[in-house]
Amino acid sequence: MLRIENLHATVADKPILKGLSLAINAGEIHAIMGPNGAGKSTLSYVLGGRPGYEVIEGSATFEGQDLLDMEPHERAAAGLFLGFQYPVEIPGVSNVQFLREALNAQRKARGQDPLSGGEFLKVAREKAGLLKMDMDMLKRPVNVGFSGGEKKRNEMVQMGILDPKLAILDETDSGLDIDALRTVGDGINAIMRRPDKAVLLITHYQRLLDYVQPDFVHVLAGGRIVKSGGPELALELEREGYAEIAA
Amino acid sequence: MDEVKIKDQAARDAALRVADYEHGWSSAIETDFAPKGLTEDTVRFISAKKNEPEWMLDWRLKAFRHWQTMETPDWAKLNVPPIDYQDAYYYAAPKAKPKLSSLDEVDPEILEVYKKLGIPIEEQKVLAGVEGARKVAVDAVFDSVSVATTFREELKRAGVIFLSISEAIREYPELVKKWLGKVVPMHDNYFATLNCAVFSDGTFVYVPEGVRCPMELSTYFRINAENTGQFERTLIVADKGAYVSYLEGCTAPMRDENQLHAAVVELVALDDAEIKYSTVQNWYPGNAEGLGGIYNFVTKRALCQGKRSKVSWTQVETGSAITWKYPSCVLNGDDSVGEFYSVAVTNNFQQADTGTKMIHNGKRTRSTIVSKGISAGKSNNTYRGIVRVAPNAESVRNFTQCDSLLLGSTCGAHTVPYIEVRNPTATVEHEATTSKISDDQLFYAMQRGLGQEEAVALIVNGFAKEVLQQLPMEFAVEAQKLLGISLEGSVG
Repeated sequence: MLRIENLHATVADKPILKGLSLAINAGEIHAIMGPNGAGKSTLSYVLGGRPGYEVIEGSATFEGQDLLDMEPHERAAAGLFLGFQYPVEIPGVSNVQFLREALNAQRKARGQDPLSGGEFLKVAREKAGLLKMDMDMLKRPVNVGFSGGEKKRNEMVQMGILDPKLAILDETDSGLDIDALRTVGDGINAIMRRPDKAVLLITHYQRLLDYVQPDFVHVLAGGRIVKSGGPELALELEREGYAEIAA
Repeated sequence: MDEVKIKDQAARDAALRVADYEHGWSSAIETDFAPKGLTEDTVRFISAKKNEPEWMLDWRLKAFRHWQTMETPDWAKLNVPPIDYQDAYYYAAPKAKPKLSSLDEVDPEILEVYKKLGIPIEEQKVLAGVEGARKVAVDAVFDSVSVATTFREELKRAGVIFLSISEAIREYPELVKKWLGKVVPMHDNYFATLNCAVFSDGTFVYVPEGVRCPMELSTYFRINAENTGQFERTLIVADKGAYVSYLEGCTAPMRDENQLHAAVVELVALDDAEIKYSTVQNWYPGNAEGLGGIYNFVTKRALCQGKRSKVSWTQVETGSAITWKYPSCVLNGDDSVGEFYSVAVTNNFQQADTGTKMIHNGKRTRSTIVSKGISAGKSNNTYRGIVRVAPNAESVRNFTQCDSLLLGSTCGAHTVPYIEVRNPTATVEHEATTSKISDDQLFYAMQRGLGQEEAVALIVNGFAKEVLQQLPMEFAVEAQKLLGISLEGSVG
């Protein structure tokens, strides 16, 4: 589904990713762990197509398409979802309006008919229920006045509604208490653990992986994947720290 | 009503003289131009063309003579190129025809222009009498003269007078005389005085005591004839306990030369009356290089004369090369209320200096000001407002909120609030914010699937929501689209 080869990327001319390669197949859940500054968030932004994150070498394809050649909204329509580490506030725009417009823009790009207000609300209600989010929250402006945990949960509701093929979740576990962590983990499993979907979890800690069991764990350090393994690698990292592994 | 004698034979002679002098017929629609330039003869020509009574001509001439002694105001934060008032036409009317009784009789070319503009005069069904969701009476102003007036009968049954101002001058001279120039005095300012002298047409509304106007009243102003100054004149009087909602929408076709638009709008609300005045202004803003576009110098003012009266201005200003406009409320009646909700968008080289004046003369008068300025490109957007509390006005309240949103780094947003409080019991609040559409917001929205333009439109509409939700439903949708269209190409 996603194939990254020898990816080099800079931010403000500073090299961050230095030859990263990674392949994710449908049905797989991958976790990327690594110390601060390793390039984890940069990887998610590069894949999402954020301006300012410049690829200078290497390639990334999504279902055979050249991902790097696509605009951010085209990547979204192709089925790529980014769960933000710091979800952004949009005052005056309700979640419902935001997501309906976003979903219908994606559907239009895919040549599908737009969902009516009623159809959309039905989907939204179902996904909000999955994440134990009150519908009233969906009527509020996007992330405005939400707590850290609520913002993360909202990201997962958005993921549920947009129904992507690949979700790249950047530190979705940060700022969550134990109960919320469980809810979010259950949500990820319910929405994304399917043979035709894949997830890339970016995290510092093992704890989310207790709820969302990864098939593969990678260690990102110095802009490259320095080690890959199964779920046991995450436990090893937790025990011994990055310094030991990355060395 | 058609056979009003022109008493001023001199005016008629002048009209004939100048009409012979030059024939500027240009467009396929035969436009009846006054010759270029502005003299007493021009004023007489206009008055004669409109079959005006003598008192009206005298009023115009008085204004004209005073205007000649005035200077162009220069206090706004605007760079206004010198205007050659002698190089413009002051009157352009579709060729004189018998009075029309239905839309079918309207020149199909005019209807075609409306269609191209996507104007809800496509509510032709409504106009034709097909009962629809909501009735909107349209007094269509095309090149200065009303060509179609509808729903007059139903309004008449309710006792509401809804006419072009020219007709009102002939049919209801006493009412017009009583209020014309009472809210915006003839000598008020340069552009208002000019309007008094050469106003071409406009709208008159009178809602009698205790009547709630049975439909939204609407006028679509257009500038079509090239190089024609537009001088609309609107007068709305809501008698005791009356209510009326008035919608004004503007779009203008592309033109290369700058065009002057200097309208005057006067509103009068007596005891317990309420007027809601909504505007969507989308005059041609000039091209991306700053060439062309409308100069929009408008004087809008409401007199809340009666106790507990209320006037609410809502405006969405996206067009014009230069906007100079301050819809205001003079709150004379005790417990009267003034509101001003504004969204002003400037892009490319547009300039806007807009805001309001809330003049609190009555006791316990209240006002609310919500202004949202959106600047993009190399434009400048200024909020300028006055909140004034008179010495005898006890327990006045005002709340002002001015928010500015910047797109890019080459535009300007400015806030110039004047607060003059002469009574210690007043509560006056002013809040102001300036923010930019952040790269974070744009990327977030685009990552969810919205194209860049859609993302900008969404964010901007969110920013302007408090104002947009004041608009009547049918206008709100149009306005939302307009915000997006106006900002196309402003990011990236």
